[in-house]
Order: sequence, then C-alpha cells, then structure tokens
Amino acid sequence: MNTPRITYQRIKGESPAYLGWLGALGLLIVLGLASAWTMEHHGHVITGMSNRIVWGLPHVFAVFMIVAASGALNVASIASVFGQSAYKPLAPLSTLLALALLIGGLSVLVLDLGRPDRLIVAMTTYNFSSIFAWNIYLYVGFIAVGVVYLWMMLERRMNAYTKPVGVFAFIWRLALTTGTGSIFGFLVARQAWDAAIMAPMFIALSLAFGLAVFLVLTIAVSRQTERELGPVLLRRLARLLGIFAAVVLYFAAAQHLTNLYAAEHAAVERFILFEGGIYTALFWLGQIGIGGVVPLVLIFAPQLKSSAKTVMWAAIAVIIGGFAQLYVIIIGGQAFPQILFPGRIVESSFADGGIAAYAPGLPELGLGLGGVALALAIVTLAITVLAVLPTTMADTD
Amino acid sequence: MTHAPDRSRRAFLAAAGAVTGLALAPGVTLFAPAMARPAGTAASDKVRWGLLIDLNKLDDGGAKGVAACSAENGWTAAEGSTTDARWIRMVKVTNPANKTVQTLPMMCQHCAEPPCVDVCPTGASMKRADGIVLVDKHTCIGCRYCVLACPYGARSFIHEPLTGQRSHAPRGKGTVESCTLCVHRVDSDREPACVEAYGGSARGTMVFGDLNDPASDISKLVATYATQQVRPDLGTRPGVWYRGLA
Amino acid sequence: MSFRPAIMIAALVLFATGVAGEGVPQPHPPKGKGQACVAETDFMRRNHPDLLNHQRDDTLRIGIRGDKFSLKACVACHAVPGADSKPVTVKSPKHFCRECHDYTAVQIDCFECHNSVPDDKRAASIDFTMPGTGNNRRTALSLTQCSVGGAG
Repeated sequence: MNTPRITYQRIKGESPAYLGWLGALGLLIVLGLASAWTMEHHGHVITGMSNRIVWGLPHVFAVFMIVAASGALNVASIASVFGQSAYKPLAPLSTLLALALLIGGLSVLVLDLGRPDRLIVAMTTYNFSSIFAWNIYLYVGFIAVGVVYLWMMLERRMNAYTKPVGVFAFIWRLALTTGTGSIFGFLVARQAWDAAIMAPMFIALSLAFGLAVFLVLTIAVSRQTERELGPVLLRRLARLLGIFAAVVLYFAAAQHLTNLYAAEHAAVERFILFEGGIYTALFWLGQIGIGGVVPLVLIFAPQLKSSAKTVMWAAIAVIIGGFAQLYVIIIGGQAFPQILFPGRIVESSFADGGIAAYAPGLPELGLGLGGVALALAIVTLAITVLAVLPTTMADTD
Repeated sequence: MTHAPDRSRRAFLAAAGAVTGLALAPGVTLFAPAMARPAGTAASDKVRWGLLIDLNKLDDGGAKGVAACSAENGWTAAEGSTTDARWIRMVKVTNPANKTVQTLPMMCQHCAEPPCVDVCPTGASMKRADGIVLVDKHTCIGCRYCVLACPYGARSFIHEPLTGQRSHAPRGKGTVESCTLCVHRVDSDREPACVEAYGGSARGTMVFGDLNDPASDISKLVATYATQQVRPDLGTRPGVWYRGLA
Repeated sequence: MSFRPAIMIAALVLFATGVAGEGVPQPHPPKGKGQACVAETDFMRRNHPDLLNHQRDDTLRIGIRGDKFSLKACVACHAVPGADSKPVTVKSPKHFCRECHDYTAVQIDCFECHNSVPDDKRAASIDFTMPGTGNNRRTALSLTQCSVGGAG
C-alpha cells in the first residue's frame, strides 16, 4: 500500500497559550523539586509514609508513568512492527511521549529514595538476583532504545531500519513491563501481590494507560496546533483503547476470581472488594467504574459518536481508573497485614495484624505532580526542537 | 572496663569454663569457645548463628529483650509510632478457636534464604558467611524494597535525621535497618543483648548459638524439643526458633 | 580591542594568589592523641579514603575485625575537646575531619550514620604508643582496645 510521504515539522512555541502552559509546568516542576528537597532534608517522617506503608503516592505516580511509558510506544510499534501504516504519522510523537513519561517516572522514583545522593551506587553496584536491579538496566536501556528508534523514524536515510529497531523496542518494552509487574509479583511477603499474573497484567495495564495518555496528548496537541485528527484514525485509536480497557477488566476479573476461589486468599480479597474502605471505593468506583465501564460505554455505545471530545474523556477516564488501580495494588497491598501466624489473630505496637493507615502528605503529591509536569514539559519543549508532529493528522486513504 | 583481653588465655579460660558449665548445669547456655574468632579473620560459613526463644519460660512477652536491644543499639520507638524503627517487637498472638494468648518477641529471623537479600538492587541487604543478615548502609540507597519483601516485617526505614548513635551500631536517615543479631557482640564472643537480658533465673529464655554445631546447646534444644519457625512454609529457613508456640 | 582578556587574566592571577578571595585559611588539623598515627601522616592524608572504603567492606561484609585501621580508633584518637572538655561532634567545625574537609569542600557522609565522637570509656583510656611503621603486628594493648568489637 502506497502511503504519501509524511512531512514532520516543529512548532514555533511562541503563542501565549504555549508559554503559559510551559510556565505552569515549570512551576509544578519547581514544587516537585522543593518537595524532594524537604523529604531528603527532613527525612520521610514529613510524608505520610511509614514502616508499614513504605511505598506511597510517589510510587503510584512513578509506576503509572513507567507503565504508561511502555504502552505509549505502542502506537509506534503498531506502525513499524505490525505494518499498520495509518499510524505512521503518529509514531514519532508516541516514541517521544514514551521517553518523556519514563524520564518523569524515573525522576520521581529516584528523588523519593532515602539516599538519592547514592544514585551512582545504584547505577554501578548490582545484585542481579533482584528484579529491581534488572529494571534499572531495562529502564535506562529503554531510553537509549527509544532515542535510536526516534532517530530511525526522523532521519529519512535511516527509515529502512525503523522496522528492526521497532521490533527490538517492542520486545524491550515487553521485558520492561514484565519486570515492573514482577516487582510485585515476585514477593511472597504480601498477600495481594504474590502471583504470576502480575507481570502479564502489567502488560495489559501498559497498553491501556499508554494509549490513553497518548490520546489525551495527541488530541490536545491537534487542537492547539490546528491539525485535526482524521475521524477514521481517531475511531481506530478509540476502539483500540476500548479493547485495551476491556483486557484490563479481564485481568482484574481473572486475578480476583482466582483469589476468591482459594480460601487462602479470602481475607485479602474481602479487604479489597468489600471491607477496605478507601481501597474498596477506589477499586469499584475508580478501577472498575471509571477505568473500565465508562470508557467502554463512551467508545462502544452506538448512540455516542466518536468525536475527539468523547474519546478524550474516555482516555481521561482510563487514566483516572489506572491511578485508582495502582493505588489499590501498591498501597492497598501494603495496608493489608502480613500473615505471621496463619489462622491466628496477631497484634503488636508495630501495626502487625491490622490494616495499616496511610494518608498522603503534600510532599508526596508535590513530587508526583512534579514528575508528571516534567514528562509533559519534555514533550512540550521537544516538539519545538524536533520535527515530530506530522503536518497533518488527517486520514490517509 | 576496657582492658583488652589476651586471646589465647581467654580462649583457654572460656574452654575450661564451658566444659565445667556444660557438665554442671545442663541448659545453661554457652556457645562453644571453638567459635571464638581470632581478630583479623573472616566470618566462617561453617558456623550458622541462631536464636531459640522458649515461650514456656518467657514471662514478659519479650519486654526485657526489647528494652535491652533498644539500649544496646540506640533506637527508641514511641508507643504507636509507625515511623520509629523497631529492631525487635512484642507480638500478641491469639488463637481464635480457644482464645489462648501468647506474646512473643519478633525480630529479624536471619533466614538462610532471605527474601530481603534477593530483592536488594545494590546488594546492600546481605547475608554474612556465618548467617547473620545485615544491611550494608554504605550501599543502601533507601529504596525500601527489602521492607516490602520481608515476610516478617522485620525491617525499618529511618525516617528522620539521627544523632547520638552508638559507635558499634551505626545507623542513619534514609537507610534501612533491622536486628543485627548484635553482630558487634557476636564478633567479640558475647551474646546478643536481648539474650543476655534474660539472666539469672531467667537464663535460657533466649538461647544463642551455632545451629551448625550439633553439640551446641541451641542445636540440642532444637533437636530434642518441639520447636518451630515462623512461616516455614515460605522456604526462608529462618535462624530463629520458638519453643512452646501454641 | 576589548578589555575582556585583560580582566580575565587579572582575575585569574588574583584568585590564584588568594588575594581576591582574601585567602582561605589553611586547615590545621589538631594532633591526635599519642605519639603517632597507625601510619605515616602523608600516607594517611593520601590514602585514608581508600582505607576507609576497603576496610568497611572487610569489616561489615566479611566480618574481619581488629585490623590496624579502625574507624572507632580514628575517632577516639582524633577526638578534639570542646569548651566543656568533651569531644566535639561533627556538627562543630573544630571536628578533626571537618578541619580539612571544610577547606577542601569535600563532603563526607560517614557521620550520617557513624558516631563522630568516641564512646566515653574509650576516650578516657586511649594511649597510643605504637610507632607508625606500617606493620600490622598489634603489640600495644591500646590498639586492640581501640579496635576489638568496634566498627572495623
């Protein structure tokens, strides 16, 4: 199929709207850095995290961004790896977004460390039986692979190599997402996590979250730069989002129904599904309702037309549902007590046996939002420097 | 008194004392003087240090042990605080079927297959050759993954700047820590502070020794009586045994 | 013809001779207790970072104690008394390590975790008599009392 040559361009980045947006992002980044500084200076005691909930809101943000980064690359993969040329114009933007999200997520993770000054140690001293150590390689390698991939796409002489590099990037991101899910799946110590399903579930999450963020970004950019997204392309992307959201629901069903079947996991399921207070609310309203049902209705209900606005709301719903899901997984998973003596009631002054409390503080929110702002700022600046936006996003037929 | 001991003389005296002790008072715990390591030598993997906690003898739920550890290593935990570090804590276990209640001390189990060591990205969480699980705070980046991975909730993250650390127990903000089995004491042929806290007539409430030596008191107790580990099904092979768990 | 090169050269000369910055005072680390350190001063100045880095792994990871270079012994012998004749902690610029490290602006984080003053009984009893010959043989009681059961 002969596709017309795609022209990419930079945007000028001089309009008041652009500068205002960049300024707002800059402010959030500064607040994020300030949050990180106070956390490092005063210690984590100023956050809501404790010895029972050691990973909090910053990790929810970081994991969301890292998972979405992997999925954001998907549009480029569909173009290069699966040969769907309709997506080719959007491929460089998707790669750029993937890189930006990963950098944003990693910066939140690194700045939350107890000893962020030891980043060099983390980059040079490895224990290879730790999935975390492997992930450091996977994350940093992904940045390198993504940069090369972008180069292959943007430099005409290298276009012939887009497919092999694209395949490599695709496999790399599958490994990365599997590694991210395995952070939780490998741990026997927590009832909510110790399961092989975590890795493939995270792959499903990455597809949904990544595409959702990409859609929000693309629709926003297309409106701001007055290049309308072609309705056929938009419809295809929307349906893809719907399918991914359905797959996420499927994995949730598989995970929870399996756990419900086994008496061993009855307690943790009861906690998440019925008795967990905030976690139960986030699960049903956030993850299932907003993250699953709402996007499916918006995308597949025959009465609603797939306008850019509807699709954008569907994507936003997936993002909100995604945050809710990760909050339940990461924080709910820690809140549920560890089983020291099965079948016994356990209590201690260290919150053994009971649901651990967690109330996120401002530094955590500041750090998380700062990371999001960093990712968005990278994209905002990059589209003025690199020609990644196609001159038109109209349908090619 | 910090008079430095002459090692060869001390080893002889310790051996003589141990032989006499074992002959006169079975159940009095000494660990074999052959374990006394000359200075400048590495910890040996022929030895595996362990603890045995006899809940039949324990009458305070572990409070003396907790107080001793706290004083020895310089940590304090306010009641109800979840950000203060706790190297050892008292856990109340109730059997809902018959309402029996036991309170026991819980600390790092010094597992032979420690999940915390597997997951540490920098290798800061480590197991020494003689089985003591430690955090190398020079390499710890404070990611807290090991805190998540420990099935026993033994690890604590230091949430605020510290001052007045004990010279033998360095600890600092932003790193993770847990019970060190009083490695500084073990390396100078003494027992952990919690074990020593149960002295006099309470001697033997907590027993410290070499699990690899079948002749050591702890090995004999573990072999003779009904002793259990916590969550042995996880395959962590803890080095802490409890006798008298209901 | 611009004045910029001239200004730059003048600034460089002034800074190099310390005139511009009023000269930063040279550090004068106070002498430690006893006659000599465990090794020559020059050796220690140059190599103490490597010694510390190597020794800490030996002590912590491998369990070797009682070697010549012990952080607790360093802290004990190099304790600097303050106004109340108790050793000053690293918070005071008079602390032995800070004398040079403040001057060189090389931040050390040992004392984030380690105690920067000796334990009371240790400070009272240090009496260093072993000459710094670099040999490892521990003849003086005082050396073993510095390092046994200690942080290396």
